[in-house]
Amino acid sequence: MGEPATQEILDLRDLQVPGARPGRRHILSILVENKPGVLARVAGLFARRGFNIATLAVGPTDDSTVSRVTLTVDGAVHPIDQVTKQLHKLVNVIKIRDLEPDETVARELALFKISADADSRAQIMQFTDIFRGKVIDVSKRSVTVEVTGTDDKIEAFERMIRPFGLIEMVRTGEIAVSRGRAVT
Amino acid sequence: MRAVDAIMECLKAEGVDAVFGLPGGANLPTYDALYDAGIRHILVRHEQGAGHAAAGYAKATGRVGVALATSGPGATNLVTAIADAVMDSVPTVFITGQVRTELLGTDGFQEADISGITMPIVKHSMMIHDPRDIPRSIHEAFHIARTGRPGPVLVDVPQDLSRADINYEPIDSVSLPGYKPTTEGNVKQIRLAAKALANARRPVLYVGGGVINAGGSKELTELALSDRFPVTCTLMGLGAFGAPHDQWLGMPGMHGTRTANYTIDEADLVCAIGARFDDRVTGKLSEFAPRAKFIHIDVDPAEISKNVPAHIPIVGDAKRILPKLTREYRALETDPTRLDGWWQRIRGWQEKYPLAYVDSEDSEIKPQYMIEALYEATGGDAIVTSDVGQHQMWVAQYYDFAKPRRWLNSGGLGTMGVGLPFAMGAAVGCPEETVVCVAGDGSMQMNTQELATCVDERIPVKVFIMNNGYLGMVRQWQELFWDRRYSSVDIGGPSPDWVKLADAYGALGMRVSDKAELPEVMRTALAAEGPVVVDVRVTKEENTYPMIPAGQPARDMVG
Repeated sequence: MGEPATQEILDLRDLQVPGARPGRRHILSILVENKPGVLARVAGLFARRGFNIATLAVGPTDDSTVSRVTLTVDGAVHPIDQVTKQLHKLVNVIKIRDLEPDETVARELALFKISADADSRAQIMQFTDIFRGKVIDVSKRSVTVEVTGTDDKIEAFERMIRPFGLIEMVRTGEIAVSRGRAVT
Repeated sequence: MRAVDAIMECLKAEGVDAVFGLPGGANLPTYDALYDAGIRHILVRHEQGAGHAAAGYAKATGRVGVALATSGPGATNLVTAIADAVMDSVPTVFITGQVRTELLGTDGFQEADISGITMPIVKHSMMIHDPRDIPRSIHEAFHIARTGRPGPVLVDVPQDLSRADINYEPIDSVSLPGYKPTTEGNVKQIRLAAKALANARRPVLYVGGGVINAGGSKELTELALSDRFPVTCTLMGLGAFGAPHDQWLGMPGMHGTRTANYTIDEADLVCAIGARFDDRVTGKLSEFAPRAKFIHIDVDPAEISKNVPAHIPIVGDAKRILPKLTREYRALETDPTRLDGWWQRIRGWQEKYPLAYVDSEDSEIKPQYMIEALYEATGGDAIVTSDVGQHQMWVAQYYDFAKPRRWLNSGGLGTMGVGLPFAMGAAVGCPEETVVCVAGDGSMQMNTQELATCVDERIPVKVFIMNNGYLGMVRQWQELFWDRRYSSVDIGGPSPDWVKLADAYGALGMRVSDKAELPEVMRTALAAEGPVVVDVRVTKEENTYPMIPAGQPARDMVG
């Protein structure tokens, strides 16, 4: 035990509920044991508690026994504390980081298959350059472009090329890592 | 040795003296190992009975209950018992057989994806992929089931893997990277809670089943008696604080006492310990304890601020935290008279609104009277189980539980049919105790088959059926809120004849409908050697009061 209890008056009216955080989009970086069924547990938990997953990305880490799930969830809709506490109850979940936007580098990869003829192809390639994308496939009537970046950037690119005729878009969902030397 | 023999070694190492189950194709190897393993096996007549019996054993003893079932339908028959155990935090391990690995995913005979089916209702589950993992998995299952917030763990073992030859070495500790329950409680928060209690003018201790799970009844009582804190225990918490007592308010919630509900309603500080603010307790959440600040002590961090925002959250084990809180509280010199006004108010409610019913003036047995008679006949010291419905609420209201682990019922899931298997499990775990099941005539028919188990295994449970010929709680709601349109609730036809049914199973059957004879019949039943079924004919249309209509605030109690 620490120092003896003090006797200063505590007015019950002064008590506030701690931990209430403003609603925003949250990126959760979750380390899980690399075992069968773990993703089903995470996804199932979101479904049955009524939490909505915005994006989800799963992959191996430098440790073969551990996988990383990166998912984004709208904190304005769901109390993020409840989401993380419920996730922590899953025995296979090792660690959860709720990444602060200012201290996080996040990237997403998107592939766009766009209608293109001889006239529009140059314009599409120009946008691709501006967004530092890459053309990865071309046919007589289409161009396929790879773009990486934050979800804002990908959505901006989507707006630019949509008028040309967007045939298909495939997005990975964001992955993220904390800035600086510290481990996410 | 065979993996199944290793399972037996693991069960013995975990101190398991009895398991409940039913064999089938996929768990034949398990039953072969069980044949001479030296562990008592209770052969049930339906796997649901095994699941609930394991839970009853766990609730009564505090040890982990174990149930075995085969693949497919055997496993799916456990589902209700698993869901019941997760809702009421019961430490249980379910070991199911599974089809051979080569058949997995092919819709093989008696194949069901039981880990998938039960994923939302287990604390954890494990599917065995390598027979060498079996011993560790069994120990992990027990560790997870009994620590932190207890709950059900499923281990699914494919038949071929269970027969495999493995190198068994005893395991004496498990370590799970993602599972480290917090037990001690934050010292600063505990100190803050003590100060809040010291400054409260209208405090109340709101105690749930978590205190019983933690084995913290003594510690709770010490906190309550460190001042004159009023105490209310939820349906799952009854017995955590010995009733009757001067500081005891009765149960809160939908069918709780007016005193308990009004006390919470007017409190300035609610100290919740191992309770989870269930809707059956809070009524309309936005008007629950509207003037109160909340201390919330719970071993499960996800419970804190789930329903009611906690001003002072403390995560940890009640048994570890409560003594520290009591010590901190005692160190503050508080004014003992500051609760006088509060107690005056509470005494006023107690006098004005005692639990009461209008007794019959003839020979009719009122259900409340039946519970009072049972309390007398058992000296208030039996292990009592119930099913779900009116009779459950009347036991909770009229049987004062003086000790923890004496009252076993289904609170969270509200599962009809648990009474008999709970009693069976309790009697196996506590052979020295009198075990009584108060059943409803509806609920009792959901697991009647276990009477055969009780007779064959010489499990001397005493079943008292509160027979009103109705699915009574539903009838009550139809009467009060659905214009008395009694839709499909009348089960009072001639079937079954409970005395004959008991007799057919080889149990002693008795019937009583005269109030004057009831005490004597109860004494006879309790003194009889084996299992007994007593058909107690009670008032047909009696309502459980008082009552907070669903979704209403506590102060609007009726009846």
